[in-house]
Amino acid sequence: MKAAVLVFPGSNREGDVAQAIELVTGRRPTMVWHGDGDFEKVDLIVVPGGFSYGDYLRCGAMAAQSPVMAEVKKRAAQGVPVLGICNGFQIVTEAGLLPGTLMRNSHLKFVCADVHLKVETSQSLFTNRYQAGQVIKVPVAHAEGNYFADADTMKRLEDRGQIAFRYCSPEGAVDGSGNPNGSSSNIAGVFNETKTVLGLMPHPENAVEPMFGGTDGKGLFEGMVEALS
Amino acid sequence: MTLKNGVLDPQGKAIGHSLNRLGFPEVGDVRQGKYIELELAETDAAKAKARLEDMCKKLLANTVIENYSIELVG
Repeated sequence: MKAAVLVFPGSNREGDVAQAIELVTGRRPTMVWHGDGDFEKVDLIVVPGGFSYGDYLRCGAMAAQSPVMAEVKKRAAQGVPVLGICNGFQIVTEAGLLPGTLMRNSHLKFVCADVHLKVETSQSLFTNRYQAGQVIKVPVAHAEGNYFADADTMKRLEDRGQIAFRYCSPEGAVDGSGNPNGSSSNIAGVFNETKTVLGLMPHPENAVEPMFGGTDGKGLFEGMVEALS
Repeated sequence: MTLKNGVLDPQGKAIGHSLNRLGFPEVGDVRQGKYIELELAETDAAKAKARLEDMCKKLLANTVIENYSIELVG
């Protein structure tokens, strides 16, 4: 699996996700600067976390209009898988690759903690290593992770199985107790209609080594390798 | 830019609570927005307005959650 990781001014998790990809593929991904309108052909494009363009105007708004994202939109339309993590999720929603948007956390605070996620489906190139209903533990670190979409969009997401992960309790109960930011329907991650684009607020790339608090995020990268190699 | 009706505005809520605490009990719902000033080279008002609409849709507002209004001055 050949991957590209985008880098914007203000990105800060690009190294972590590159490391996680190298861990499971043995191959260092290509790092692509935001000003590059073109880059080599890859099997997966990752939009990493951080604070692209200082989060000016709205999180991800500027990055979504950068030259590299015009190319990403073109490739996503051709079916090239795109994974947006944290600020990357904000960027891909601002770019229109995923529905909805990420608003300020309902409690107005930055949240940096381990959270539990319920895997909603194993039927995707991103989640095939997990079981539907499985609970995994991964960290979040964000101030704007409160997922919002209008009622029609929410219904469509539910009906079409486009919800990838929901925040839950350690036992798997999807209720207010496990929701770190006020997200609608506890949504932590969503797919596009074809399930070739995934955006999520948690950081699976920071849960791939036992000495750093767990390996529950590794399955996401292993699943992609299996699907894309 | 203001948040659409039905979109929860936690910052507005916090501002409302603070005002209530400061002795302004008459304050009910508070909605916080954004105000942007732009200088334009365009002198034709209709053309300027059309260009600004385009700017709002493409970058300045997120129409999933925000409404915008445009005012021409000068």
